[in-house]
Amino acid sequence: MANKDKKSVLIQGNQAIVEGAIAAGCNFYAGYPITPATEIAEMMANRLPRIGGTFIQMEDEIASMGATVGAALSGAKALTATSGPGFSLKQEIIGYACITEVPCVIVNVMRGGPSTGLPTCPSQGDVMQARWGTHGDHPIIVLAVSSVEDSFDITVTAFNMSEKFRTPVILLSDEVVAHTREKFEIPDPEDVQVYNRVKPTVPPEWYIPYENTARGVPPMASFGDGYRYHVTGLVHDIHGFPTERREEVKAFTERIHRKISHFYKEIQIVKKYMTEDADVNIIAYGSVARSAIHAAKEARKQGFKVGVLQLVTLFPFPRKDVEEVLRSSKRVIVPEMNMGQIAREVKRVNKNYTRVVKLNRYDGSLINPDEILRLIREAL
Amino acid sequence: MADRYELCLSGFGGQGLILAGIILAEAIGIHEGKYVSQTQSYGPEARGGKSKAEVVVSDTPIDYPKPTDIDLLLAMSQDACDTYYIDLKAEGILVVDSTYVSEVPSNQAIQVPCTKIATDLGLKMVANIVSLGAISEVSDCVSYASLKKAILTRAPKGTEKLNLAALSEGAKAAKKAMS
Amino acid sequence: MVKHRDSTHLVHQYLRHNKKFPHVWCPGCGNGIVLGALIRAIHQHQYERDDIVLVSGIGCSSRMPVYVDFNTIHTLHGRALTFATGIKLANPKLKVIVVTGDGDSMAIGGNHFIHAARRNIDITTIILNNNIYGMTGGQSSPTTNYGDKSTTAPYTHIEHAFKISELAVTAGASFVARGTVYHADKLQKLIEAALTKDGFSVVEAVTHCHVQYGKLNKLGSNVDMMKWQKDNSITVQKAAKMKEEDVEDKITMGVLMDKPLPNFTKEMAKLKDRAKE
Repeated sequence: MANKDKKSVLIQGNQAIVEGAIAAGCNFYAGYPITPATEIAEMMANRLPRIGGTFIQMEDEIASMGATVGAALSGAKALTATSGPGFSLKQEIIGYACITEVPCVIVNVMRGGPSTGLPTCPSQGDVMQARWGTHGDHPIIVLAVSSVEDSFDITVTAFNMSEKFRTPVILLSDEVVAHTREKFEIPDPEDVQVYNRVKPTVPPEWYIPYENTARGVPPMASFGDGYRYHVTGLVHDIHGFPTERREEVKAFTERIHRKISHFYKEIQIVKKYMTEDADVNIIAYGSVARSAIHAAKEARKQGFKVGVLQLVTLFPFPRKDVEEVLRSSKRVIVPEMNMGQIAREVKRVNKNYTRVVKLNRYDGSLINPDEILRLIREAL
Repeated sequence: MADRYELCLSGFGGQGLILAGIILAEAIGIHEGKYVSQTQSYGPEARGGKSKAEVVVSDTPIDYPKPTDIDLLLAMSQDACDTYYIDLKAEGILVVDSTYVSEVPSNQAIQVPCTKIATDLGLKMVANIVSLGAISEVSDCVSYASLKKAILTRAPKGTEKLNLAALSEGAKAAKKAMS
Repeated sequence: MVKHRDSTHLVHQYLRHNKKFPHVWCPGCGNGIVLGALIRAIHQHQYERDDIVLVSGIGCSSRMPVYVDFNTIHTLHGRALTFATGIKLANPKLKVIVVTGDGDSMAIGGNHFIHAARRNIDITTIILNNNIYGMTGGQSSPTTNYGDKSTTAPYTHIEHAFKISELAVTAGASFVARGTVYHADKLQKLIEAALTKDGFSVVEAVTHCHVQYGKLNKLGSNVDMMKWQKDNSITVQKAAKMKEEDVEDKITMGVLMDKPLPNFTKEMAKLKDRAKE
């Protein structure tokens, strides 16, 4: 039995994202109305000005992304939220944030697609777009939330990772998570661990804005801090000036990948439910992970050993954890509200360890536990 | 109560079913300290057609947030009753607003004229609260006192008395319907 | 006004010496003249370099920020004003200046331009209008004139040009002025004025692209094109007294709009105070 607590509130996933963002220090939001993400904008419009932050409704999705990156360059912790069609429009500037290494968080509350698709129905169809939506080779972090509690916690994580690794972070929610109301206890601000970007401490004339540091993440000055430097979407040298010199282009591209790839351990978050002794493991994320856990518990009641590997970090793809489960299971089920996007990644890392079975639903509704149970029974 | 208890409040758009779902979830989750998950049909359906709000209650954290097997169905329109009755467990409870539902699918149905009661109280809009009163009477999933607290937090200023009267009349009518 | 021999010296003081020069502009380009006017205008006001953010989009004119020693940002095609809006709102103490071209601000960035003007956000925007896409090699822009040629209008352009300054006035900017690179001192004065204005201020700098536009339309050298600017410019005051059809082919120079309107940045500060109450 959960404790009764005065601080408990019944909130939707979208509101938990707002609360999480504010707890993480978010003080800027630029957005454009779109179902099913609009509540995030509405609540930000209400909350941010009261704490001295800034909310602006821009003229379109692209402008919202531009203002988000601009604000981050002025030192803000900036958020924008959207859904499929808006996410497509934002892609060019997300790439700009990758190449200029601007920390910011982009929420995509996934709905059915492509195009206008199913505006009010859940989907997980944007997983690959989150990874590869913007053009060019680029590193990016993609996280997925599955509940109100997650929506708070993982939003904090998203901000922390964006600040720590100087990268845009994509937070994927879906219509189910966004609109499900659950009880949540908003933590005290002092109990929330917040990471802020490292700023330069050297005198301005010594500042090398894109220095190849050990971690690969150079300190970031805000505009107005006294470190006058140049920001450009062109590939640049360590001083920020455009370059086409091969050795400089190569070093730059390698560094922006290295700053993520050297920290997989820290970035790749998974949750394991009864996976160790399981004959069948389910690999799932987002709201579907909850159907999977429900199914696994039900299966255990019926005497089947079933576990769930919930992916919180979708990209960089948590290969090690997935491999571990592939090695130890007789069968792996990958349920998704799409035609099979993460399943393809799972199959990519499956070196004949086990059989991977997809379970796909693309009719605009959440996969229910019975559908997964049926596959479990078939497997055992 | 079993580990998982599932309610479905259904009717047509404009009857305040989603608000009723939120109040119910707050009463159970916040005031009774249980785990709750509240979802709704959202979108075009919510604008004039069928509408439903669902609440899952549990003593332990809830994995799957939507109902799988409904324990209590509230139907406030014939259409909703016909559509969702099939989702009700064999031993589940059916509460209908007899103002709109004339053909009941089961002789076990508890018939409460929610909308008529609300209209008699002077505001048709509080039919959703009347139905919550009925639910508190027919099921153990929520107490009358918790619903009262939840309503008082949600009700717009000046409407508290009317809403509490609606809750009370709903409970009374359900008691009568069951006797 | 700074004397011209001193002007070069002054401009050099603001250039980045660790930047790999030479610049990307063609010999005889007007962009350098606009940069000079901008630097002199900033110098006149004695702004702190640390407080200035120079923002640009994509195109020839948008290469300007990299050369000067301010906080500088070269954004994406058409999007300079969106970034500038975020930069300004997150730190309203910054003096935010956008440099953009006719393609950047009127085509791909047209929506952002009219909305920045409507909002009347405290940003100065300098639009270098050379009637063509120079960097990509001479394609039609929204200010390419009807009947002129471009590489994408080999049989002449059948669309009509936007009047940038008039559009800015209609969209709600509180200060709008037009100058030319021939009238460099006057251009500096207009930029100086724009920088002091509360709200969205626009200076349209008419310039030439002799390499693309001039060549395709047989307009002569850069000198010939600047002479054309000299011979075809009239003041706003004079234009007001002329018949509309006589003004059509002229460059109307001067201040087209100067009216204090509610400034978005200040309105935002007031909104926050109201929200906190």
